[in-house]
Amino acid sequence: MATSYTPPEKAIWWNEPIERTEIVWITIAFLWCFFMLVWMIAWHWIGNQNMANEAYKITPEAYAKKVEDFTAQYTVRQDVNDPTLPVVHPPAGGDVYLAASRWQWRPLIELEKGKSYRVHISSLDWDHGFSLQPININFQAYPGYEQVVTMTPSTAGTFTIVCNEYCGIGHHTMLGKIYVKE
Amino acid sequence: MTTTALSAFRIDPVSGLRMDLKASTLIKANAVAAVVFLLIGGFFGLGVGLTRWPAVHLLPAEWFYLALTGHGIIALIVWIIFFEMAVLYFCSSTLLSCRLATPRWAWVQFWLMVIGALTTTVAVLQGNSSVMMTSYAPMDAAPHFYLGLILFAVGALIGCFVFLGTIVIAKEEKTYEGSLPLVVFGALTAAVIAIFTIASGAIILIPTFLWSLGLIHSIDPMMYRIIWWALGHSSQQINVVAHISIWYLIASLVFGAKPMSEKVSRTAFLLYILFLQLGSVHHLLADPGLSSAWKIFNTSYMMYLAVLASLIHGLTVPGSIEVAQRRNGLNRGWFEWLRKAPWGNPVFSAMFLSLIIFGFIGGITGVVMSVEQVNMIIHNTIYVPGHFHGTVVGGTTLAFMALTYFLIPVLFQREVILPKLAKWQPYLFGIGTAIFAVALMGAGTLGIPRRHWDITFSGLALGHEFPGIAYLMMAVGEMAGVLMVVGGVSFIVIVVGSLLVGKKIPADAKPYPRVPDADAGGHKKIGFGGFEAPGTFVLAMVLFVALVLYYFINFKYLATLWTLT
Repeated sequence: MATSYTPPEKAIWWNEPIERTEIVWITIAFLWCFFMLVWMIAWHWIGNQNMANEAYKITPEAYAKKVEDFTAQYTVRQDVNDPTLPVVHPPAGGDVYLAASRWQWRPLIELEKGKSYRVHISSLDWDHGFSLQPININFQAYPGYEQVVTMTPSTAGTFTIVCNEYCGIGHHTMLGKIYVKE
Repeated sequence: MTTTALSAFRIDPVSGLRMDLKASTLIKANAVAAVVFLLIGGFFGLGVGLTRWPAVHLLPAEWFYLALTGHGIIALIVWIIFFEMAVLYFCSSTLLSCRLATPRWAWVQFWLMVIGALTTTVAVLQGNSSVMMTSYAPMDAAPHFYLGLILFAVGALIGCFVFLGTIVIAKEEKTYEGSLPLVVFGALTAAVIAIFTIASGAIILIPTFLWSLGLIHSIDPMMYRIIWWALGHSSQQINVVAHISIWYLIASLVFGAKPMSEKVSRTAFLLYILFLQLGSVHHLLADPGLSSAWKIFNTSYMMYLAVLASLIHGLTVPGSIEVAQRRNGLNRGWFEWLRKAPWGNPVFSAMFLSLIIFGFIGGITGVVMSVEQVNMIIHNTIYVPGHFHGTVVGGTTLAFMALTYFLIPVLFQREVILPKLAKWQPYLFGIGTAIFAVALMGAGTLGIPRRHWDITFSGLALGHEFPGIAYLMMAVGEMAGVLMVVGGVSFIVIVVGSLLVGKKIPADAKPYPRVPDADAGGHKKIGFGGFEAPGTFVLAMVLFVALVLYYFINFKYLATLWTLT
């Protein structure tokens, strides 16, 4: 008699009938799998939260220059928590350049609620994580690649960018801020 | 060419299997090495857990990141792959009553893996290689960190070929008739995936090693992540296939169960070979520069066909147990077969808990978190470790523990010491793991990052405050983590103690009574409504409903986010 660790009773095992419990379950499971595939594709049209698919290759030096120019152009004030840090207020609908480096997300940003921004994310050294809290939106950042995500803040308040990709001993001190005004 | 005379065999009185003594020694060596590394990996894990328990916060930052690197490499890679080598040799040599192909090469496998694992462990302990298991370039570790991993992988690759060679010999020398047994077929699936996985590892780790020596100028971070995950994720798929094979094996050993249908179970294994590797892309869903079309094609395993395979095994394994129990007379109602299962036998209880935890915790969350869009609310949060402790610890490790309880008397010919503790150990470990996984996933949903030393951000001008409930979940999770450690230490004490001081079982004694094959009694009518396994079908539908609900709950949460395009 056969078990799972002895050869099957019939060497030609693919002609055996399939029991009803199995066939019903396989049908249900397959239909659900197919639904999940369709839903994931469909969400690109019916949903408002999707990956951007826009990215560029860029050297960390060139990206640092972009961030520097962006900061110089749109700085509106120094931060209340840390007066050494500039807060940048880009025009609505414009580009926002965020740079991750050991161990900071810079510059600090001020956005307006309900307006869309093209947020550029990249790293100047190692892999980093873009984790916007408390709303909980997460992206990967690494050097050499610039990701562009179009974001429309629908809630006002203070948001923190926490680094959630390990990036060396100062990883847990790596933060940034996005302020969203009404 | 007959070389059979060169190998000595022992007939196992329980299974009637002819065990090649050289293979037995190798299985023992790999299993013992596995358990030793489980101890080391678990020790690092305890350090990690006690640091992420907010009120304890045990280790300083340097030590925490060091321990986390060590924990990932040793618990996730070294313990599991050593045990898998034992499983491969057991499934080919022992289950096919065949001599092991080239025992000498098998010893090369063993020593390369020992040397490799120790080299990397030393590199981690020296403190300049706290780069996490994933070691994402351009973050760099000491050269011998990579070298150790490469040696370890080469050893594992040799082990896979010894396994394949043994299967060829078994066929050649006709040690079995007809087709390969299902469990060996599963092990073959694992070996095929392992070879692909290790090849991917070589493609990325060898250049990274050369880069760490200064011989290569740079490693592209995107290329590193894509190829590294062909190693990192696929290696977890080896575990899945290995532990599912063990589920089938134990169902037969404990209940005399036979597969409900050879065709269905084998086709499901085949789906793994064809589609599992694509799943590696799950880890790249939040990365720049990779298109949605490419991500969706791969992370749906083309069309969720590998998920389908897991859903199939999830039904057919308990289904085969139900059919066996019903044939043996436990045919009343929906669940008499399950109620009257031997819950006090750790071989069964560990296996069944593994099945439940893997399906309900690891499986459901794995499917949902790997949806391209849902991943945005989960990527790199502590949800991820929560999920994979549900698969790799609750699923794989617990299944390996179940098999170990069987192997102690059969292979090592020793009685299991502390039988009372052994009876409770799977529950301690399994329940600890389940709570740990669920609590961490809860904390991750609230944004708590993984691999993070200080979620209070104390002393920082910018700062951030996570919600109090997230702290509570971290505390509950890590308390359960301690329970997991208690369960793990109990396991190690039982195994090592049994091997050292367990009562020797005489060669002709039967440590387990032979379980009669469940279908020996002819074709009694079992089950009802045209279903041979109605109870299992109900359990499967509970899983199904949970999966569907959880899937849409996550989309509902996702829809509250800012608009992202």
